[in-house]
Amino acid sequence: MKRRRFLGRGLALGASLAAWSTAGRAQSPPDDPSKVLGHPKRPLGARAAFETASRKAFRGKTDEHGANMTPLGDLVGTITPSELHFTVFRGGVPEIDPGQHRLLIHGLVERPVILTMTEIKRLPSVSRIYFLECSGNGQSEWQGPRLPTVQGTHGLTSTSEWTGVSLALLLREAGVDPRASWIIAEGADATGNERSIPMAKAMDDVLVAYGQNGEALRPDNGYPLRLIVPGWEGNVSVKWLRRLTVVDRAYMTRMETVEHALLMPDGTARRFTVVMDAKSVITSPSGGQRLTGPGFYEITGLAWSGRGRIRRVEVSTDAGITWRRATLQEPVLPKAHVRFRLPWRWDGSQAILQSRCVDETGDVQPTLREIVKVRGVNSVHHNNAIQSWKVAADGAVSNVQV
Amino acid sequence: MVASRMSVCSRLALAAALVALVGAAWPVAAQLPTYGLGRAPTAEEIKAWDLTIPPDGQGLPPGRGTAVEGKPVFVQRCASCHGETGQDEKYFRLVGGRGTLATDKPVKTIGSYWPYATTLWSYIRRTQPFDEPGSLTTDEVYAATAYLLHLNGIIGESDVVDAASLPKIRMPNRDGFIPDARPDVGKTKR
Repeated sequence: MKRRRFLGRGLALGASLAAWSTAGRAQSPPDDPSKVLGHPKRPLGARAAFETASRKAFRGKTDEHGANMTPLGDLVGTITPSELHFTVFRGGVPEIDPGQHRLLIHGLVERPVILTMTEIKRLPSVSRIYFLECSGNGQSEWQGPRLPTVQGTHGLTSTSEWTGVSLALLLREAGVDPRASWIIAEGADATGNERSIPMAKAMDDVLVAYGQNGEALRPDNGYPLRLIVPGWEGNVSVKWLRRLTVVDRAYMTRMETVEHALLMPDGTARRFTVVMDAKSVITSPSGGQRLTGPGFYEITGLAWSGRGRIRRVEVSTDAGITWRRATLQEPVLPKAHVRFRLPWRWDGSQAILQSRCVDETGDVQPTLREIVKVRGVNSVHHNNAIQSWKVAADGAVSNVQV
Repeated sequence: MVASRMSVCSRLALAAALVALVGAAWPVAAQLPTYGLGRAPTAEEIKAWDLTIPPDGQGLPPGRGTAVEGKPVFVQRCASCHGETGQDEKYFRLVGGRGTLATDKPVKTIGSYWPYATTLWSYIRRTQPFDEPGSLTTDEVYAATAYLLHLNGIIGESDVVDAASLPKIRMPNRDGFIPDARPDVGKTKR
């Protein structure tokens, strides 16, 4: 009898949880949760029904072409939950059976090889925390503030702990010919994304990854296997990796000669502009949010650089007239998002919030005006400008350029 | 040199230790010497995937096509997205735009922007049509490439595009690309 009653309650709770998730918002919970039995065991830990953070689609040509942006304004800490990691694809997300997936390494090597996923996972592994950023992050903002939230202006970057095998290990095992100077990496998706990578980078810190934040990669992020090319524009970190061809020159694929070249005002275009520059943004308070009244707030955001560690982040609340040094959350890792924080007492009058950063190589985050003066407004990629948020007297926060 | 010799030695030592540990020899076909994993690919396996064509045309297969032959291929397989003359803006405009790169409204097409004809061939072959990637025959890829080059005023409508002629086609914006020029803005102290 007792057991049946428990089961009955479990079913009722299950039904009400299902109702929550379909409605997309929580029904009224009990007044005192300590006076009723909680929900039963379940195989996957779903987030609370009150939490609504989700990715937002950026314009694309079709449903299979475009991007999903990370809701940076809703997140805390530095690790992006895998299901909220940004993603860009041009031919949809492929469905791949890991039991059938293979990695081919060939070209200028002594021992061309095909490896199964099982074999790749038997090799010595390494886990490292790196950011990824699409070089098109911020492309909407070249000619004025266009998208209202930090998800729109900066949501094409995320940070994860990636687990896999060192690419250098695989290349050394295959035996790279002394004539080799580049590798071509290709994905198994409908557009066969392919990029040429110089051998020096390939032998440095690149991972052939199968793990993301403690579990298998999400399909959107390259399941079952991808490259992680730390600090470089995201497109080089080829997802759904199936082929590495060792060669003696760049192959000039569409992505590197056309799609990711930076068109300058004089009509020339820069190619192989791959390292992501030092960049920071305040995620709270940020566009679309609202301060509930004067008083204490913590200004917080993220900073990152493709060249190494962030050395310093400064925050201004008066449109860049005065700056204060923010505290960096330890550990400050190279080529990973770092969380910065600054205590702030809002007096209720209009404020313009900005952050700027310097990395350990001396790379200083510039203003938009400084970039546009050199590169114009049609280079699309690599916008690492200082972002401004206006806090109005009524507490509303909006995207502005000053 | 000493360091690399050391690492070879230590790898061999590790391999020996691992062999001793499991008490068995590696499979004969294993390709990763230290770990005894992987197998050699067959020539067919490499051929099926090794489809990237560099500017010198290395790896282009036998086959041929002209713009005249490419027009019906393009109309039937490509025009629903790109328009019959390749100028539809809806997806990617493929034709026109010459002389616009240095203006306020640059139009980046195959004719105005792409530096190498081999890139076009390689991209069509592997990824087009959008909803049926890789479904064109080799001759159809040569012909569609020829048609797009002809629409852009780069070759004549009867010019044969094949493994020998494709790498020799000089794209109008061939010399329009320069290397990464950073540091170029702001107060960078690098």
